[in-house]
Amino acid sequence: MSATEREAAELHEKSRLPEKAELAKYYHQMLAIRRMEEALAKAYALRKFGGFLHLYIGQEAVAVGALATLKPEDYVIATYREHAHAYAKGMTAKSIIAELFGKATGCSQGLGGSMHLFDASKNFLGGYGIVGGHIPLAAGTAFASKYRGDGRVTLCFFGDGSVPQGAFHEGVALAALWRLPVVFICENNLYSMGTPLYRSLSVSDVSQKALAYGMARDRFDGEDVVRVRDRVAEAVRRARNESLPTLIEIRTYRFRGHSMSDAGLYRTKEEVEESKKRDPITFGRELLVRAKMDEKDIVAIEDQVTAEIEEAVKFADESPELAYERLAEFTYKE
Amino acid sequence: MAEMNLIQAVNDALRVEMRRDPRVVVLGEDVGRFGGVFQVTVGLREEFGADRCIDTPLAESGIVGAAIGMALYGLRPVAEIQFGDYIYPAYDQIVNELAKIRYRSGGEYAAPVVIRTPIGGGIKGGHYHSQSPEALFTHIPGLTVVCPSNPIDAKGLLASAIRGEDPVIFMEPKRYYHKSRADVPEGEYTIPIGEAKVVRSGSQVTILTWSAMVHTALEAAQKGEAEGLDLEVVDLRTLVPFDEAAILASVKKTGRVVIVHEAPRTSGFGAELAATIAEKAILHLEAPILRVTGFDTPFPYTLEHEYLPDADRILDAVGRVLSF
Repeated sequence: MSATEREAAELHEKSRLPEKAELAKYYHQMLAIRRMEEALAKAYALRKFGGFLHLYIGQEAVAVGALATLKPEDYVIATYREHAHAYAKGMTAKSIIAELFGKATGCSQGLGGSMHLFDASKNFLGGYGIVGGHIPLAAGTAFASKYRGDGRVTLCFFGDGSVPQGAFHEGVALAALWRLPVVFICENNLYSMGTPLYRSLSVSDVSQKALAYGMARDRFDGEDVVRVRDRVAEAVRRARNESLPTLIEIRTYRFRGHSMSDAGLYRTKEEVEESKKRDPITFGRELLVRAKMDEKDIVAIEDQVTAEIEEAVKFADESPELAYERLAEFTYKE
Repeated sequence: MAEMNLIQAVNDALRVEMRRDPRVVVLGEDVGRFGGVFQVTVGLREEFGADRCIDTPLAESGIVGAAIGMALYGLRPVAEIQFGDYIYPAYDQIVNELAKIRYRSGGEYAAPVVIRTPIGGGIKGGHYHSQSPEALFTHIPGLTVVCPSNPIDAKGLLASAIRGEDPVIFMEPKRYYHKSRADVPEGEYTIPIGEAKVVRSGSQVTILTWSAMVHTALEAAQKGEAEGLDLEVVDLRTLVPFDEAAILASVKKTGRVVIVHEAPRTSGFGAELAATIAEKAILHLEAPILRVTGFDTPFPYTLEHEYLPDADRILDAVGRVLSF
């Protein structure tokens, strides 16, 4: 690590809030993501928008904990279940909800919709709807940051359903071969849509794929936001300081269906209820209680989140529809 | 000016653009130390280093995907797919990620990637080293498709592709890599994308073609001249966007059209041209539009010269549109 890099790292450490304030920030983010998605589910049921909606509910600690390790200039690239990553990277609920509603005020100007959240100012490289298709792109961004020597790290999120895809293996292989500053995070929620892990992968320990590529790996449960942060931080340090990739498998669970049309017949109610005992939001609140935050301060966060999401929905509702004249815009640079 | 073949012209374009812009990097199978299977990238690794002329594993989806990521970050990657026939493993990346990212991100991001690949038959390459898949890319909004036929156009169009803001599929006629030679402008040199070129002016029939078939069409026109025919040959050079104005101008002049391409007939790019002419200039036509193309079979190994359109097949079509 060069002297400048060390200084930058120290400065970053110092810029972190005291632990209680950090925990409050995580709780705010996780809760806002939960409430935002609940609002989206409600709006979907009211047919304010159609198409697809893939909720992240139950997995919030993963995105929030992992992204807490990053600097603003670092890159995040994610899947079609990316509302949480977008929000945790600093995008607003307003711009996210408006995009899903297909409004011109959305982060992608209403041209993307669900699965297509982008924000160049936040270095959020988007949602990707082709499972695993974005994984080689993460090798590309990481190559570019190494080429430029600007010390940025790429975090690439995907699910266990991506792992059998060729694109996963090609992207991971390139990152290992070229020693790139990227962290691959497999959010293993145990189901590829309706197919359980044991019927889609011969080896259920996804992190073992790293062994074949000579890559560092880690594997842990994802309901505790602080654990996620601290374990991902090790991989981010490895990427930033040693320019080496890591494959992390974070075991998690989505409480809702794969998408809104999922009747959930492939798993039992008992299994889903059991998983809810490890709700990352409940856990995040407990962390605040343990850190001796006053109940009224916790409630204040919750009220703040409620207002934030209500305002965002209102903003999206009242935003103008996408004009027909914009249909072809952005197919090519004009 | 310096005399160059197509390989040298493409190499020169890459070298000039890499000198001009440090964001330009080249990646692909064997492009580095080996200099590329056709020696197109020879010397680039020596001049620009291994991090700008990057050898990759055999992983086309990974190559194109990584190139997209590089471009999102601000680099200008030029990926080589060793043969056009090997581009299919990357088709998902090209269609779903490369072509769409500007649109679906509402302009937040763009991926100005150039994918170079040699296409076409005539070198006894057989099934997996001879295909002409250009039409598969012309059907994908967001992509630009460039098919030069000669060294001058190859250099100028590749430079424009690298400097452009949108992804470009750049297909090189491998049969003419060595055979096509010309005096090519040295140093920085560009030709605008989207402009066709009338490579032979004539009054009786318009022959529309691109890539290797330009040479075959010119041969036919020359042969026809001996028989008293006056044929116009238009080299499209760019398929997307194609030069509608130039095509219609020629069609209106001659009133007779023969379209020549090497790819199979069904859903080939000739069909798009014929439809456009029918829509926009049908009252100027004196005869049906005819196509001379490869057959609707896999690319044949032994019978490749029967498969590939030649001067006689073109002249036969010319005779039919003239006698209609």
